[in-house]
Amino acid sequence: MSSLTLSKKLYKAFFITLLLVFALAYLGPLYVMLTTSFKGIEEIRNGNILALPDALNGSAWVKAWSSACTGGDCFGLAPYFWNSMRIVIPALLISTAVGALNGYVLSQWRFKGSNFLFGALLFGCFIPFQVILLPMAKLLAWLGLANTVTGLVLVHVIYGIAFTTLFFRNYYVGIPNELVRAARLDGAGFFAIFRHVFLPLSTPIIVVSVIWQFTQIWNDFLFGVVYSGPGTQPITVALNNLVNTTMGGKEYNVDMAAAVIAALPTLVVYIVAGKYFVRGLTAGAVKG
Amino acid sequence: MFDYLEKHLPKLMLAPTAIVTLVCMYGFIGWTAALSFTKSRMLPQWDFVGWQQYERLFANPRWHVALDNLLVFTVLFIVIALFLGLMLAILLDRNIRNDGALRTIYLYPMAVSFIVTGTAWKWILNPGLGIEKMVRDLGFTDFEFRWLVDPDMAIYTIVIAAVWQSSGFVMAMFLSGLRGVDDSLIKAAQIDGASTFRTYWHVILPVMRPVFFGAVVILSHIAIKSFDLVQSLTGGGPGYASDLPATFMYTHAFSRAQMGLGAASAMVMLAGVMAIIVPYLYSELRGKKS
Repeated sequence: MSSLTLSKKLYKAFFITLLLVFALAYLGPLYVMLTTSFKGIEEIRNGNILALPDALNGSAWVKAWSSACTGGDCFGLAPYFWNSMRIVIPALLISTAVGALNGYVLSQWRFKGSNFLFGALLFGCFIPFQVILLPMAKLLAWLGLANTVTGLVLVHVIYGIAFTTLFFRNYYVGIPNELVRAARLDGAGFFAIFRHVFLPLSTPIIVVSVIWQFTQIWNDFLFGVVYSGPGTQPITVALNNLVNTTMGGKEYNVDMAAAVIAALPTLVVYIVAGKYFVRGLTAGAVKG
Repeated sequence: MFDYLEKHLPKLMLAPTAIVTLVCMYGFIGWTAALSFTKSRMLPQWDFVGWQQYERLFANPRWHVALDNLLVFTVLFIVIALFLGLMLAILLDRNIRNDGALRTIYLYPMAVSFIVTGTAWKWILNPGLGIEKMVRDLGFTDFEFRWLVDPDMAIYTIVIAAVWQSSGFVMAMFLSGLRGVDDSLIKAAQIDGASTFRTYWHVILPVMRPVFFGAVVILSHIAIKSFDLVQSLTGGGPGYASDLPATFMYTHAFSRAQMGLGAASAMVMLAGVMAIIVPYLYSELRGKKS
């Protein structure tokens, strides 16, 4: 360190300060959401958006969770929070399982046309969903699943498979095919090899896939707003309704508490398993 | 019989995905394309009218507002997010050995939905009580900051919120790219006496070209699909001043019973995405083979 000249040290101090200033800027919105959610409405009107609350007042949180109006009814976000859970959990489990098997076939059991199929599927990661919204609504109505949680699960599974397959295929491609050949010589079949050779190796990519799907589906708004009805809306739709409800005076503290509640599950996942979250983002993003 | 099944089992396993892809992706795209050539309003109907919906679409001033907004939003969003992401990645890479905490802070907005992002920024940018009031309280009593309700400026609030949400992701991509750069390259450049700036400009950045292109593709993709953020932040308003193609499509197809017109706008969006994605995928796949 002694070899560093003074100007280099100054530069370094400047850059680190810059990084910290940016960190504060990125944290700003979360800070504002949290502090606002604990303020009373008078305090919000008279005070400063950056000021800390005078006291920790949790009433906005209680209201946001259990009695705020979200368009049609006034049960707070709670029912919609559970709707989202009922959509997310089955959809992410099914799409991850299907993706794992698909990736296994596409990397280890290739056949004529399998690469073409993968390419065709990959394209699905990129289409703007507006282009399938109308016919999907038709299909759901035809299946009797319009405005149901099951319908939303189905939609998220269908359009999630492209991503989960991509994750598993790119992961399994790194496993030498000799493993499969040796296991086959020992008489193991398709599923036995998957179960005893590939599955035990798959923990990291399963975590990546589950986190990715959890975040994607929990945060979805487009499918939620188009394919849900009263009572089956996911939390993003309910939050948007709550914030844009025009009845009565605006309660910014309730809005912010509701926003934090809607963000909490994915934030917790991110804080607990951030490493895998980043890996999912970059794997889903760059590698084709 | 068993052998036959065993031999074709891999294909059978893929069959459901193949069928679903064929029907729910390609079939549905075809369905929407067909619909865009009809007069469908409330319900689909199949009397074809040629390019009439597209003519109506491009004669519609609201669509042009949406396209103009998309251009402004996409360019600003990509340029600012790339600049911030690259800057943060380089600063982190050079100055901080243990960057876990900072990286977590820059990236957490990506875990938050666009609806929550929009809700938060709608409050921060609130003309009466947000930043404007804060600056006024500091003594600048004439300060005005009402982009959210200004038809000319509303689109820029969407840029701000989108950059906050996504730039950390660009940072993460660049950072993993930088960490992947061969150290010997950097050492060689330094031995040759290259300055830090020149090392980055001439040695490191060229190696990161694929990361750069990857980031541009993802960001433009996010931009074209942007829907949630507009709905929650401005609702497309004031009026339709901050409409984007995605909100235009939603409004016309689902609220205004203009199904044919909505389908036409969706097809234009698909064409836009394909113009970016197809060359990218093509070069990616070709690059892998050689």
